[in-house]
Amino acid sequence: MMATKSYKSHKRYWTLLIVAVSMVPLLLISGVILYEFRHSDREKVTAHLEELVGKHKQTIDSFLNVKLGEIRVLARTFDYDELSDESFLRERLSVMQQEESPVMVDLGVVNSQGTQVAYAGPFRLARVDYSDADWFQQAMDQEYFISDVFRGLRGLPHFIVAVRSVRGEQPWILRATIDFAAFNKLVEDIRVGRTGSAFILNRDGSLQTEARHDLDLENGPYMDLLRDEENRGEEIYVLKGSDPSGIRNIYVAAYLNKVDWMLVYQQHAAEAFSSFRNALNLTLVIFSVACLASVAAAFLLARKMVSCLAESDEQKQIMNQQIVETGKLAAIGELAAGIAHEINNPVATMVEEAGWMEDLLEDEEFQDTKQLEEFQRSLKQIRNQGGRCKQITHKLLSFARKTDARIQEVSLYELIDEMVALSAQRAKYSNVEIVTTLQRALPTLHASVSEMQQVFLNLINNAIDAMEKKGGKIHISIKTENQSLVIRVADTGPGIPGANLERVFDPFFTTKPVGKGTGLGLSICYGIIAKMGGKIDVRSAIDVGTTFRIELPLPEKEAVAQTPIEAQMLEEA
Amino acid sequence: MARANVLLVDDEAPFVEALTRRLSKRELDITPAHDGAQALEKLGQSRLFEVVILDVKMPGMDGIETLRQIKTDHPLVEVIMLTGHATVESAIEGMKLGAFDYLMKPCDIDELVAKVEQAAARKHVQEEKITLARIKEIAARRD
Repeated sequence: MMATKSYKSHKRYWTLLIVAVSMVPLLLISGVILYEFRHSDREKVTAHLEELVGKHKQTIDSFLNVKLGEIRVLARTFDYDELSDESFLRERLSVMQQEESPVMVDLGVVNSQGTQVAYAGPFRLARVDYSDADWFQQAMDQEYFISDVFRGLRGLPHFIVAVRSVRGEQPWILRATIDFAAFNKLVEDIRVGRTGSAFILNRDGSLQTEARHDLDLENGPYMDLLRDEENRGEEIYVLKGSDPSGIRNIYVAAYLNKVDWMLVYQQHAAEAFSSFRNALNLTLVIFSVACLASVAAAFLLARKMVSCLAESDEQKQIMNQQIVETGKLAAIGELAAGIAHEINNPVATMVEEAGWMEDLLEDEEFQDTKQLEEFQRSLKQIRNQGGRCKQITHKLLSFARKTDARIQEVSLYELIDEMVALSAQRAKYSNVEIVTTLQRALPTLHASVSEMQQVFLNLINNAIDAMEKKGGKIHISIKTENQSLVIRVADTGPGIPGANLERVFDPFFTTKPVGKGTGLGLSICYGIIAKMGGKIDVRSAIDVGTTFRIELPLPEKEAVAQTPIEAQMLEEA
Repeated sequence: MARANVLLVDDEAPFVEALTRRLSKRELDITPAHDGAQALEKLGQSRLFEVVILDVKMPGMDGIETLRQIKTDHPLVEVIMLTGHATVESAIEGMKLGAFDYLMKPCDIDELVAKVEQAAARKHVQEEKITLARIKEIAARRD
């Protein structure tokens, strides 16, 4: 059906519109906020990690500095001969080891030929020849030197801090071994979350501390930094890269001052920026809930709206149909009236002609005719049938009259006068007095005259019927009250018993003898008043009387001034 | 001497004919007219008419209008309205305008005759009253 299709497209259109209107701002706002938040979160996290790495770099630097300082002090304080005495050297080592944890494993004095002339420590390394060792050659070139981590002769990872001194023309070296485990602890302490850890690399990219096994050291983006010889500043580098397994990482790297090593901190980007991720997830959850809610609301709203639309359309259609029906009925009424009228005249003529023949038959010359009686019977029949036609046409005409529901301006004074006059004869026979109290300057009523006549005549007739036996008084009053017209028809009759009172407006309810009342009068009144937007109710007291009260709404500012003549008529009444 | 001098006004010629015959047989002097204008013309020509039987629904000048004119020109002439049911309102209107009575078509002949006689009688009474008043007036003038 066309209508259904258009409703569907309506529904779709409204649903989409509501969803768009509610979702687009939400989308924009959350997008902007998320973007800003992501930016500031990145800055914050990065700054935090930079600080963390910077601090640890300082710690490691100062550790190495202290160790180097200690050795240097030792080498300056005592000369070669004193330190070549192994018992003295052992004494110095034990003093140093007492001061703090045994970071320094051993001490040794190496002469310019690379022979360790004195050694204090747990290993048997006295008189060892270091002339071929890398560290020895490098240490001889510099005032002090810190080696990379290596296994060396003892087979354990360690590194050497060496200070060069000169005795006469011959340089010599005081060297100390730093325990790898103790140094490693400094770096191991940098652990953040589940995936954040730090390690130290030398220039070649080999590991100087222990590191987690899952790290892919060779492919980190810091390798580029290591290859770049120029850059050895205080700067802290923040880099990003992916594992071979595809996990994105953030790297924070810094060079140490005293040694050519790089401290690298690595963490999964997902964890580092987890607060943003959490915010994003929460936002997504809220967003999807809002999305669902708005879609549901839009759908329901659109459905409701469209169903309202459909309902009103339907009502409109019904009303149109009713108007058409009413119009049709009125047309039929008019047609019936026309036909009745047209038929009435020929019938009247026929009846008159038949009457004329009857008249003629009364003349003397026809009195002896054999068929006189038969003629008279036949003519009488014509007259009777004419009478029937008359009844039928009159019924048709009265039916046509009933459809006269044209709304027009009704003067209440004229209406009441007319109705009272109509009932006056009956009232007189029943010994009933009709009194009217009409407020001055009553507005005219928008109503159908014949319907209003019907209402008043029904009420007055009912009142007269009720008081038929004993007589009494009918009091009709009309006044305006708060923008409505209040009409009261009160009688002094026997009253209506409570049980019947509820049913007086019911169709076919009557207390009159069979054949006297149809039980339709009051329900017709009720229907008429309801149609006009008013209400009618009844109050009754046994042996006191019954009052019908009609309340009709008045249109605003409808205070039509009455002509002086009408006002005068009122006074006379 | 006829019981009354009547002008019968109806646009239905056969009806007028039939009714004319019947009423004439009942010793009424009937003059037919077929519309309002004709009726007024005939009333103007003769002062003998006592009663007008007037159909309410006529083409051209309708019954009510004709009645108004009759009452203006010849206030003493009594008018009996003939009407179909639908024109009861106009019959009432006619009564207000001074018609003597109204009857519904088709009507009983005897009833119609009775009404005509009453109307004629009333006209006579009115005329007598007027004559009396005039006599009184003239008599008073003489004083």
